[in-house]
Amino acid sequence: MSAVDAMLAPARPQRAVSTRFMRSELSMVFRRRRNQVVLAVLALVPLLIAIAVKVSSPHDNNGGPQFFNHITQNGIFVAFAALTAVLTFFLPLAVSVVAGDAVAGESHQGTLRYLLTVPVTRTRLLAVKYAGVVAFAFAATATVAVVGVAIGLILFPGDTVTLLSGTSVSLTNALGRLVLVVLYITASMAAFAAIGLFVSTLVEAPVAAIAATAGVAIASQILDNVPQLHAVGPYLLSHWWTSFGDLLRTPMETGGVVHGLVVTLVYVVFFCSLAWARFAEKDVSS
Amino acid sequence: MTTTATRGSDTGTGHQAGPVSLAVQSSGLTKRFRGGQVAVDHVDLNVPQGAVYGFLGPNGSGKTTTIRVLLALIGATAGTHRLFGQPMPAAAATVLPRVGSLVEGPAFHLHLSGAANLARLDAADRTADPKTARRRIDGALDQVGLGAAAGKRVRAYSLGMKQRLGIAAALLQPRDLLVLDEPTNGLDPQGTREVRTLVSRLAEDGATVLVSSHLLSEVEQMCTHVGVMHIGKLLWQGSIDDLRSQQSARAHVQTVAPTNAVDVLERLGLTAVTRNGGDVSAELIDQAPEDVCAALVDAGVPVRRFVVDAPTLEDVFVSLTGEGFDVSG
Ligand SMILES: Nc1ncnc2c1ncn2[C@@H]1O[C@H](COP(=O)(O)OP(=O)(O)O)[C@@H](O)[C@H]1O
Ligand SMILES: [Mg+2]
Repeated sequence: MSAVDAMLAPARPQRAVSTRFMRSELSMVFRRRRNQVVLAVLALVPLLIAIAVKVSSPHDNNGGPQFFNHITQNGIFVAFAALTAVLTFFLPLAVSVVAGDAVAGESHQGTLRYLLTVPVTRTRLLAVKYAGVVAFAFAATATVAVVGVAIGLILFPGDTVTLLSGTSVSLTNALGRLVLVVLYITASMAAFAAIGLFVSTLVEAPVAAIAATAGVAIASQILDNVPQLHAVGPYLLSHWWTSFGDLLRTPMETGGVVHGLVVTLVYVVFFCSLAWARFAEKDVSS
Repeated sequence: MTTTATRGSDTGTGHQAGPVSLAVQSSGLTKRFRGGQVAVDHVDLNVPQGAVYGFLGPNGSGKTTTIRVLLALIGATAGTHRLFGQPMPAAAATVLPRVGSLVEGPAFHLHLSGAANLARLDAADRTADPKTARRRIDGALDQVGLGAAAGKRVRAYSLGMKQRLGIAAALLQPRDLLVLDEPTNGLDPQGTREVRTLVSRLAEDGATVLVSSHLLSEVEQMCTHVGVMHIGKLLWQGSIDDLRSQQSARAHVQTVAPTNAVDVLERLGLTAVTRNGGDVSAELIDQAPEDVCAALVDAGVPVRRFVVDAPTLEDVFVSLTGEGFDVSG
């Protein structure tokens, strides 16, 4: 082939590290109106919780969902209560919207063929898409936490925090624990996002991919609540989502969290591999 | 060894004499879709470097599918292909930066402006220099006449403007090969002319252009080479001049004695003699038109009108496919 090779103009060198595509993807995700609305709706949850607790009489606050009865004692619990509230449905749905859209959206729009012929290798495209979804999951979780802390400290006391174990710690210590909780929930959502990414490579219509991904979250929680399926519970992602409460004890009970992280990691590796195997072979004929 | 350069002769289709470097070369390229339909059927493409290769065929003949396989968007069911001698899809990451493409019309994020869409594609290109991005994007938009609409959302673009933006995307970098799938779709006559000018300018600058079209006239006007697709098969390829010479000229006779005229033409050895009322026509093989005319008059045929038509590409296409070229289809 030497004669042909000789005709080749020298190829433009490839930049070893380029963050431009990643940055472009992040701006696509966060500047999209729909995703901004999703974040705004999530931000409403701690606001509503804080206001509801503030206006209701004190004795109504006992025996409510986890953390609710702690809110009047310290405002930071608005964040924990709000995270618990969004964890079962709103947060997975928010992640589904971005994860399901990741590949299916570009495919449906036809922009996928333009990216692939740039060329972007399929592995890189998936990696960037996945990172974008995880970044959104983090932003969604952090939004709930930050808004929760802000409104909580405005409406309720904010000095020492009495943890679930009964011990008191400083607000700074409690905020540190909140950061850990946000990271733990983000990791859980990252595992769920891997499922969404895989679904997104399977299904052509973005809406169908989003619905299917959200369906997985709901199905997982239903299965987790069927007593007869007790044995499968620990292998379900959603089973570990609420383990973050263990981080609010002294000493921290990390057993559930670590177990949750292991399950999370297995899910990430498994579904990212599936997504890669599927996408590498996929005919892009949209 | 340039095995690729001589492959044309193996296939029996038109080919270049001598070793010519091929920008695009495929052998036995086949794509069968899951439904069982064979959209591309053993296609042996040979696109010489520097050619403007018209990939001609009616809608549904498999042009877009072939192009998708060439660019590694879809996998071939059978066969192999190379771009600039490099095996695809293995060499996609190194070869494709030199290839600008427009496949099956434009597709962009509607909520972003034209310039922002190009910026996203440029950001995805690891060979692109971010420092020159702005200049290259503006340059590409200017080349297709979209400079004024650069900041407008694509949602507000007309079909023709989107098509221009698709072409601009292919021009973000200097390219050695442009693959343009029906680039004039949706363009007005002015836009079509501009695309033609653009294609010849790119070719003058040394790029190879593979341009698909379902319009014979378009290929005739802008291409040096042509490949004729029909129901997934590449029926013929080679230079436009070679294609024309495939088909002989046709003599048309108007007379009140058509039966006699038919006799004379057949006796002279003309082929494909047809008669329609007082109009008789036949294909000239090697007979000189003036000899045919003289023979008719000698035989007492009262000739009212005698015309010899140079073959059009349409005639050639009809003779290749046995069917009319469905221009509107
Ligand atoms: N993704 C697909 N799945 C099944 N059949 C397809 C697909 N894409 C194209 N085809 C079929 O393949 C044939 C060739 O289509 P195409 O390559 O788009 O033709 P052209 O570009 O020449 O108009 C058509 O009959 C079309 O219906
Ligand atoms: Mg087509």
